[in-house]
Amino acid sequence: MEIILSSNSQKPIYEQITSQIKGMIMRGELKSGDPMPSMRGLAKDLHISVITAQHAYEDLQRDGFITTVAGKGTFVAARNKDFIREEQLRIAQEKLYEAARIGRENHIELDRLVGILTMFYEEDE
Amino acid sequence: MMDVLNVAHVTKHYKDFSLNDVSFTLPAGMILGMIGENGAGKTTTIKAILDLIAVDAGDIQIFGRDHHSDVKDIRQQIGVVMDGVNQNPFLFCKDVDAMLKRIYKNWSSEKFFAYLDRFELPKDKRIKELSKGMNVKLNFAAALASAPRLLILDEATSGLDPVMRDEILSVLQEFVMDEQNAVLMSTHITSDLDKIADYIMFIHKGRILFVRSKEELDNSYGILHCKKSFFDALDPSDYDAYIKEPFSYKVLLNHKFETMEHFRDLDVEKASIEDIMLFYVKGEHV
Repeated sequence: MEIILSSNSQKPIYEQITSQIKGMIMRGELKSGDPMPSMRGLAKDLHISVITAQHAYEDLQRDGFITTVAGKGTFVAARNKDFIREEQLRIAQEKLYEAARIGRENHIELDRLVGILTMFYEEDE
Repeated sequence: MMDVLNVAHVTKHYKDFSLNDVSFTLPAGMILGMIGENGAGKTTTIKAILDLIAVDAGDIQIFGRDHHSDVKDIRQQIGVVMDGVNQNPFLFCKDVDAMLKRIYKNWSSEKFFAYLDRFELPKDKRIKELSKGMNVKLNFAAALASAPRLLILDEATSGLDPVMRDEILSVLQEFVMDEQNAVLMSTHITSDLDKIADYIMFIHKGRILFVRSKEELDNSYGILHCKKSFFDALDPSDYDAYIKEPFSYKVLLNHKFETMEHFRDLDVEKASIEDIMLFYVKGEHV
């Protein structure tokens, strides 16, 4: 598992961690049942505060990507189609927000953007 | 998980200096870094915790017990490392083991010698022959071998070169891995705290300016360099302090992600603990 953090990013550190881990899980690089590093081990290896690592793990657990088994440790959660879909939707939504913002600020009609999105969907058919 | 240290409204008056209403908590498994200018009250706070000085007001609990009533027992579980030579200069390093194992109930000779090896300390040299850096490492070896639950460090790494300090910082992180132990460290080397601290406490002129988690500081503060026109466009609630430099304004944003979201394409730098400290002490405030 590789995680690269940037201190000058627009995203808080804990969010960089959750995005990267979610990405690895969704791409299948991390599989259900794979063991995750302990929270403290992660903090030490990434040179971050335990509280930051805790924040990242809490979010991953809340969003259904990892699960903690008392006495055994933390593992990648069973592949749950719903959670993965939620996450993919969330990422798409982020990108659409950007597009909408640019459209609004530059007075591009909504119809034009919808048309472009439709074209992208139909491109590969 | 119990708090290792609980300091409540501690006040201590001296002729020329007062520590006022100092309160903070150190949870188990955490590293709390104390920062502040020389004379701000860091060492006075530590002395109060160790019951080396009496306080005029306030309450200190260590491991859930009153710091004053169970002193002997509590002291067995506290390891203290201060700057300077702590041991008898004429002793050989290895004699430190023979001496301290009679004082500390939980002393482990095995651990002590393991740390001597890890820190590459010569067992057969007298303490007065050791360099400053070696002395500090010996102090750490002795403090850790007594198996404390709380480590209190007062400028303990000041004499170490960056490589040695990195080693010590690793040791400190290992020390709190079990989630039972905790570290209280007072230091001027704020970059060490950037690396390992979970909480930062800023003491200024005898009072606590803030106690905040490093996570919160990292997610709130950022430094922006800008022209006056942009600075004037900012709302005073966007920053905690600013410094007017010869060719620009330097601003300590206090909820940087929101500000970056609002203005777009802002080049905001990470604010280190040293940056925050300088802004607080030398910057203009709203």
